[in-house]
Amino acid sequence: MLDRRKLLLGGAALALSGCKVFDSATANDSTLRRLFASHEGLTQATQRALIGDRLAPEFTEADIRQGQRPNGSTDPTSAAYRQMAETAFRDYRLTVTGLVEAPQSLSLADLTALPSRTQITRHDCVEGWSCIAKWQGTALGTVLTLAQPKLTARYAVFHCFDAIERNLSGEVFYYESIDLIDAYHPQTILAYAMNGAPLPVANGAPLRLRVERSWVTRWRSMFIRSS
Amino acid sequence: MPQGPLVYRQRLLTRITHWLWAISLFFLMLTGLQIFNAFPSMHIGLESGFDYDNAILSITAREVEGEVQGITRILGAEFDTTGILGVSGGEVRAFPAALTIPSKTSLATGRVIHFFFAWVLVITLAVWLVASALNGHLRQLIPTVADLRALPQDLKDHARLRFHHGASYNVLQKLAYASVLFAALPLMITTGLSMSPGFNAAAPWLLDLFGGRQTARTIHFLTMLALLGFFAVHMAMILLAGPLNEMRSILTGWYRTDGDDHA
Repeated sequence: MLDRRKLLLGGAALALSGCKVFDSATANDSTLRRLFASHEGLTQATQRALIGDRLAPEFTEADIRQGQRPNGSTDPTSAAYRQMAETAFRDYRLTVTGLVEAPQSLSLADLTALPSRTQITRHDCVEGWSCIAKWQGTALGTVLTLAQPKLTARYAVFHCFDAIERNLSGEVFYYESIDLIDAYHPQTILAYAMNGAPLPVANGAPLRLRVERSWVTRWRSMFIRSS
Repeated sequence: MPQGPLVYRQRLLTRITHWLWAISLFFLMLTGLQIFNAFPSMHIGLESGFDYDNAILSITAREVEGEVQGITRILGAEFDTTGILGVSGGEVRAFPAALTIPSKTSLATGRVIHFFFAWVLVITLAVWLVASALNGHLRQLIPTVADLRALPQDLKDHARLRFHHGASYNVLQKLAYASVLFAALPLMITTGLSMSPGFNAAAPWLLDLFGGRQTARTIHFLTMLALLGFFAVHMAMILLAGPLNEMRSILTGWYRTDGDDHA
């Protein structure tokens, strides 16, 4: 019985010595990490098969109980961005380049002149929190239709104003990509208004990409490159 | 200690799936705590209240006279949990490094491992369910009328630490294993899926059933605590009922019974 107790205490001590035991196995470059990440293809394929072109749940005005909590960088510092923000983004242009037949350069006025979509949706941060808000904007599909992606295009890459780090060649800007299935989804919009007012800087002015069936990691768009 | 004959109580598949679940649940729990740490509060409803309060649990830190205190709030009651929850190892973090995988803060790594073992758990559970329905093991987990009649006596015996070593599970074992396999794990899987914005588009009704994404997240957390409770009792029972016999049965399948009980 005494030995058993010792064994048990030994096991408990191992557990309490911290999960450092698993740190090397889970480091970004380890083989085990690659094994763990191997589920991602299966996860994506399963999700695609299950959701098809279904819509994300939408909510009612009564469900908007608070302001939209900002996330990511809430106040970009680059000079070009600051200058545009001071003039209410009059000089802002959304450019669409890359594998497209008709590259676009659109002002906010151009975008608001296009048909708009309004949706009350739940914003889910990958950290775990949720917040419901009303978003109005131009469907990304409408903009892509103008730009006419080439047949070889499969993804849309969004280059943003938010500097995520600084290295020897200057500021490194945040970017994000989605495939063209998500890009043409009817709820995928370039939002310029939130809760009935122009999009604030803290929430991604002048344009924020909403991909409603995905996590919120998207940010204010500077230009879109199809690839 | 039982002196009766050895019986073959657990099939190979039951043993393999048992250990795959044990490994999966270990990693799921510790990576789950890592994921919890990214937003260490639990809410009831469609969203997380920032301008209003719908939290039932939060683990935070605050500075009091130059000292950082770990504060755990449960249903409005506040507890100083410095050193364990909120602040530990000189760091502000909800659960301590010893209870998260990896030990340092990394939501991305936590998620990669969490979803890997979620798949292992789901696939193992599905294989086990189909095989057990075919080979009759499933029936061994459902309490019979006779079992339920014996429940008061079985409760009394367990309370007095008087254990019977039979060829089949006793009624408390059946109830415990069945509630883990048919209630807790399915609830973990469905509340886990309800946290995926993609899955919400596939099954919005599931979200409605749980009462919103944040409630689903809270149920996921509370069910984890229930599974932890099961684990504690499971370990205590093994130690009290004869750990060598119990370990042999889950490793080799062979279990020594009381001589007088061949049921």
